[in-house]
Amino acid sequence: MEKVTERYELNKQLAQMLKGGVIMDVTTPEQAKIAEAAGACAVMALERIPADIRAAGGVSRMSDPKLIKKIQDAVSIPVMAKCRIGHFAEAQILEALEIDYIDESEVLSPADDIYHINKRDFKVPFVCGAKDLGEALRRINEGASMIRTKGEPGTGDIIQAVRHMRKMNSEIARIGSMRKDELYEAAKQLQVPYNLVEYVHENLRLPVVNFAAGGVATPADASLMMQLGAEGVFVGSGIFKSGNPEKRASAIVQAVTNYTDASLIAKLSEDLGEAMVGINEQEIQLIMAERGI
Amino acid sequence: MTVAVLALQGAFIEHEQVLNHLGVEHIELRQASDLKKTFDALILPGGESTVQSLLLHEQNMFEPLKKRIEDGMPVLATCAGLILLASEIEGQETSHFATLPVKVRRNAYGRQLGSFHTESEVKGIGKVPMTFIRAPYVSETSPDVEVLAVVDNKIVGVRYNSQFAYAFHPELDDNTQIHELFLRSISAKS
Repeated sequence: MEKVTERYELNKQLAQMLKGGVIMDVTTPEQAKIAEAAGACAVMALERIPADIRAAGGVSRMSDPKLIKKIQDAVSIPVMAKCRIGHFAEAQILEALEIDYIDESEVLSPADDIYHINKRDFKVPFVCGAKDLGEALRRINEGASMIRTKGEPGTGDIIQAVRHMRKMNSEIARIGSMRKDELYEAAKQLQVPYNLVEYVHENLRLPVVNFAAGGVATPADASLMMQLGAEGVFVGSGIFKSGNPEKRASAIVQAVTNYTDASLIAKLSEDLGEAMVGINEQEIQLIMAERGI
Repeated sequence: MTVAVLALQGAFIEHEQVLNHLGVEHIELRQASDLKKTFDALILPGGESTVQSLLLHEQNMFEPLKKRIEDGMPVLATCAGLILLASEIEGQETSHFATLPVKVRRNAYGRQLGSFHTESEVKGIGKVPMTFIRAPYVSETSPDVEVLAVVDNKIVGVRYNSQFAYAFHPELDDNTQIHELFLRSISAKS
């Protein structure tokens, strides 16, 4: 029988293959094809993109399996889908669909205000959002094989993704600079097991791949997050809420690869058409990043 | 000797770590201007072949690299790299570099649930760990292609002149023998 740890390794390794890439939210097979043709390294199959979830209000749930299957049939790249925080039955359904990655996501309405899914029970991989190192390591301890910043989905405002990435980086640096005997106290404060803190101390990084998500709308946003240490980006509402999705998607893909080449990104940023309108932090009614900590 | 690693998308850092470990000088290829640097061999890493191919074209790197591979530059390709080299891709009318006369099947083991780890023989090395992530395999080869590895009756490693291509990811395991075999073949030639 296959060892649990081996499956977990394979799931972490799939995330390694996604590095340097852009994962795009799509709501139809047609959008999935556009995303793939523009260079997405994976797509997130959703009924509604976060900006529309925000606008519509109400309870937001896992997508219709039929839609997910159609999107799986439309593209050859990995297909991800979201389930509600703590809703392990939705996750079981997504696993039955042979989804490539489950996003246990704060974008949907949480199903459980205390417990996250025990992701170690699953064979398919999970990605989870985090605002800081403690959240990231708690999700990893529960079995997540990839982390993304929470940012603030559906706003087109990068400030929260930046805040979360910087927080995570500074906490990783702090753990790295500690004496070994101080790590036990750090583990206590972060509410995570000692071995994960020890890993961060020794490797100065998370034990899994870390992407930026929540508010990326332009090639410059993507470059900013990559320069802050993201290993790739999720773009949700930013693409299909903009004037020219194909062009913007392709520009963001290229900006992620050459994220330090400002003159190239200047060229990529020309004539992209209208960006998504966006909501400023102060105007947000619902802070999704507060869900599931 | 300097090895260039295609660094457009995917697990290129893992290959660079292996090269660091083996003490081999290397550079990253991210845009056309990087092709002006001097390099003697090329590594095509794992990742998404559709993304890498698109970026090769958008960054005007496709034609010059294809020409160099055709002219005999040694290449080590893993997973997506194998797909980039293959002359034929099942179910697709177009291919990418098409410098390696084999037919490949993409996502041949299905979705992520079909990903697996095993140990098997590679010709000239012996048993090595093999990690297959949404991997392709080689479904047909031209007679002058040397088969290096077979797992479950599927061809997962081939050599054609200076091109070495594997369906799995040697860069993900601690064993560096696949890289060493490649590097030995270059120094034997020069």
